[in-house]
Amino acid sequence: MNNMLRELYEETILDHNRRPRNFQHKPTGANRYARGYNPLCGDELMLYLTVNNGVIEDLGFDGHGCAISTASASLMTEALKGKHVEEAEQLFNKMHELLTTEKSTTDVMDIGKLKVLQGIRSYPMRVKCATLAWHTLQAALHQTDEPVTTE
Amino acid sequence: MSLWPEQNTLPMAESSLPVQQIRQDFPILDQMINGNPLAYLDNGASSQKPLAVIKAIDHCYRHDYANVHRGIHALSERSTAAFEAARRKVQAFINAEHAEEIIFVRGTTEAINLVAQSYARPLLQSGDEIIITAMEHHSNIVPWQLVCEQTGAQLKVVPINDVGELDLDRLTSLLNGRSRLLALTHISNVLGTINPLTEIIDLAHHHGVKVLVDGAQAVPHLAIDMQALDCDFYAFSGHKMYGPSGIGILYGKRELLERMPPYHGGGEMIETVSFEKSTYARLPHKFEAGTPHIAGAIGLGAAIDYLNEIGMQSIAAHEHRLLSYASEALADIKGLRIIGQAKAKASIVSFVIEGVHPHDIATVLDQHGIAVRAGHHCAMPLIKCLGVVATTRASFALYNTTDEIDRLVQGLEKARELLA
Repeated sequence: MNNMLRELYEETILDHNRRPRNFQHKPTGANRYARGYNPLCGDELMLYLTVNNGVIEDLGFDGHGCAISTASASLMTEALKGKHVEEAEQLFNKMHELLTTEKSTTDVMDIGKLKVLQGIRSYPMRVKCATLAWHTLQAALHQTDEPVTTE
Repeated sequence: MSLWPEQNTLPMAESSLPVQQIRQDFPILDQMINGNPLAYLDNGASSQKPLAVIKAIDHCYRHDYANVHRGIHALSERSTAAFEAARRKVQAFINAEHAEEIIFVRGTTEAINLVAQSYARPLLQSGDEIIITAMEHHSNIVPWQLVCEQTGAQLKVVPINDVGELDLDRLTSLLNGRSRLLALTHISNVLGTINPLTEIIDLAHHHGVKVLVDGAQAVPHLAIDMQALDCDFYAFSGHKMYGPSGIGILYGKRELLERMPPYHGGGEMIETVSFEKSTYARLPHKFEAGTPHIAGAIGLGAAIDYLNEIGMQSIAAHEHRLLSYASEALADIKGLRIIGQAKAKASIVSFVIEGVHPHDIATVLDQHGIAVRAGHHCAMPLIKCLGVVATTRASFALYNTTDEIDRLVQGLEKARELLA
């Protein structure tokens, strides 16, 4: 297997694709929702969150997509459980910068396991797969009715 | 009558096509992608261009270029002659009765929109019906939806069976006194199915229904004959038949085109213009408003010369051999399912692999230098009716080899290893 592929399909990504966390999980009392959809790809993601007193108590997702979008959604839900909404917003900004800026200044030490997603930067056609979950999160937190897309 | 008479009788021996020599004609094929030789298996999306086409375009711009049908000077005369010669090449290539039945457009999409707006729209009344099929590309769905919205007509859809063939009994039952037009593809861009056009056109005509054929996938793969088919409209693109993008053809029967109003207004398509009223040019110029893609038409003419030199029968035989080879080789991959198993099939293989998303497959293959298409192939209703979210598609052309198919199989094994 060539190194480029190993960098993209990092072990943690493969693991989260095979066994996505918080998948097909709709938390009881979910009060924030959003749907992300990339029509050219066909990737579709429904995100459900239970937010009380500014804290994401529980969250889960459903839908279908490639390994990158599935793993990104899975890792995101894992990272956000129990976090304050402001922390989630900060993480969104960091991830967005990491995935879309050529010379990202995001300190990967700050984002824990999510750093495995950084290899996607080298695949411009696949960045939209990784960012879909994060933009759907933004829409859910802000309760925008617009359908989310990263295409 | 089958449009693929050799279907079951083709020998599996080495094809007579000198593929290695042909590959020399396509300079783009000779390159490395991610450290591997390019294997271009995305011909259903767009094909590569032979030197003959590149040189024809180069020659046009270096020596002959000017606007057509306007200038009283040498360059304009040369460009006009080359442009009209290209039209006659297209006419001969598809055996149309008259040169003015060949309308230069931007591509298949524009050709279908032209027929929807200039033929169907003035004719349609509320409650009339347009029939399409479940295997259409978006370009043969959306123009009809638009015209249905504009007129109150309704869209009826012919379903497909399990192997991806049209349900002709359902087509028969859909044809009725309200049917105004049947619009269907010659070859499915997802399933590879070659529709039995002769039979279908006869059936539609028997009910007094005109037929438009989307020939985008068919023209590069099999010899077509407008007079034998007797279809009313036939649309195709230059870029899928080794010609330039941005140029395509609408064939229409002369008596129909003559009755249709212009699609676009502007220069070239007029006879006289005054502020009170303009009169329109004769065919084909009535439908060619504005300066056309002159070099594109000339390049398309060169692509037709190239195809004629090789011979459509030889191309069809070679591609059929690639299809058989690929179908067998892919079937051996664990968890792989070929989507579309029609008896009459062109060199297009769509498939899914259990547990591996088509986009990940395409990325892994790209790292091995292999270009395929992954997604819904601009046929979302079909993909939905097949019960999958996307497929991977390998589509073969005259320059592809069995070695490249072997590499595809190896690449897919790698993708399974990594992701499944």
